[in-house]
Amino acid sequence: MSRFTFPPSIPSRPVYGTLAPREAAQHLMVADAEGAEALLDLAAAAPEIMAKAHVIYIPRNAGEALVEKLRATGPDILHVSPSYLASVPRLRRVLSDTVMGAQVYLAGTEGLIGQAMNEALQAGIPLAAIQTEHRGSVARRVQCVHCKGITEDVMTDPFVCSHCGLNLFVRDHYSRRLAAFQGVCIDAEDPGEVPEPVELYK
Amino acid sequence: MSAGTQKIPVIVTAKVPLNELVTRFEFQHAEGGSLPPFSGGAHTVVEMQDGDKTRLNPYSLMSDPMDPSHYAISVRRDDQGRGGSVFMHDKVQVGDRMVISYPVNLFPLDLTAKKHLMFAGGIGITPFLSQIRQLERIAGRFELHYSVRSAALASYAEELTTRHRAHVHVYHDDQDERIALADLLRGQPPGTHVYICGPRGMIDWVRETAADLGWPDAAVHYEEFLAPQSGKPFDVQLAASGKTVTVGEHESLLEAIERAGVDAPYMCRGGACGQCETRVIRHDGTLLHNDHWLEDDEHASGEKIMPCVSRFEGKTLVLDR
Repeated sequence: MSRFTFPPSIPSRPVYGTLAPREAAQHLMVADAEGAEALLDLAAAAPEIMAKAHVIYIPRNAGEALVEKLRATGPDILHVSPSYLASVPRLRRVLSDTVMGAQVYLAGTEGLIGQAMNEALQAGIPLAAIQTEHRGSVARRVQCVHCKGITEDVMTDPFVCSHCGLNLFVRDHYSRRLAAFQGVCIDAEDPGEVPEPVELYK
Repeated sequence: MSAGTQKIPVIVTAKVPLNELVTRFEFQHAEGGSLPPFSGGAHTVVEMQDGDKTRLNPYSLMSDPMDPSHYAISVRRDDQGRGGSVFMHDKVQVGDRMVISYPVNLFPLDLTAKKHLMFAGGIGITPFLSQIRQLERIAGRFELHYSVRSAALASYAEELTTRHRAHVHVYHDDQDERIALADLLRGQPPGTHVYICGPRGMIDWVRETAADLGWPDAAVHYEEFLAPQSGKPFDVQLAASGKTVTVGEHESLLEAIERAGVDAPYMCRGGACGQCETRVIRHDGTLLHNDHWLEDDEHASGEKIMPCVSRFEGKTLVLDR
């Protein structure tokens, strides 16, 4: 099951919806891992939009099966990318070439959704034309507030910053600019007093 | 005290007929010195002392927003209207003292936009003139599509096409020129915002076409000043001030309330801004809603009215004012 319902949190924490097809001349879809399942649901609800869809998909650990299922929906373009970073030049080009009225669909992990959302907004896509749906891992993209380094796919709280090695407490405080949650040193006052890491949302 | 009703005494320094319908009026501060700067798309409410009658009409400021030496408005003569534009054309002369309100902007540019796509119909050109001045300063990207009845009535078209030949397109009704709206809206880069000022039909046409092509509402801006409609006279009780006043045939409910000496809030006087929203305590008859501020369910509820443009027919109307 790729769906997860996040418990209520502070207002800065992003919330996600369910992708719904909309009338448009162009559809841009970006997904990673189990996010493909949200696109498959979208295509099942409105098969006709796929002929006008440019799909960028990053399989990560989800395997080839989802790639073949996506291809079977008949998208205008399906681009499979080895990582989000590798897909960014294409994403930017597609966003700059699109027109007002185009619809953007983002699905998968929070890191993918947040970063692609940033690119879309910077390109001038109105927020109201962007839909998101979380699927798959609840891992977070976290910025260490001390060294500013970003650690991807953080699964436990606290965790060790992959840049400076501090023990970081994972907050719900989120930066749209960075598309990352905030990680704050948990043992600054009593160095070494670090609680046992627990898996997020366990 | 109403928002935007702080007053400025001014002197009429120019009255320039542009064509058979439109005349430009320029104002300077009556006590000398600077007028407040404003933002493109702002309007001012001009007070007209027409005999014992005070008229308050909103007009878009069309001069350079950063030029504090004077303001300019353009007034289209409407002989079928309630008399404000005819008063401006026939009675106001250079050298007259008048009172205008501080500028208020209900039609500002969205400066997060990467491109501004403007649609003007007739006298609806005026807010765009100040917006374009503002954009010139910041090298903002814009494109104006201006629909006019004929070349003779195309106010400021020549000035605009001379200054911005590549960005201004004029369409003449009498030569069957039409804006290729759907094609235009289909080909706009991301970050484009649409602005419309003109007759109701034009505003609806652009808004509906944009919505059909997937444009979000937040990227579509429009301004329409409604003139108050004339209608049958009716009585209104003002519960909070304990007064009863009769609203005349060619008078708006708001004007009648003001005539009774009650300081009611207002800003645009055109059914758009929401400032004058008033609670209906009791009514026995029909509220004739003419605004585009209240939602349909609020219109149907009979609990609110916008006295600047809406009227009443029936026995009793009691307002919380």
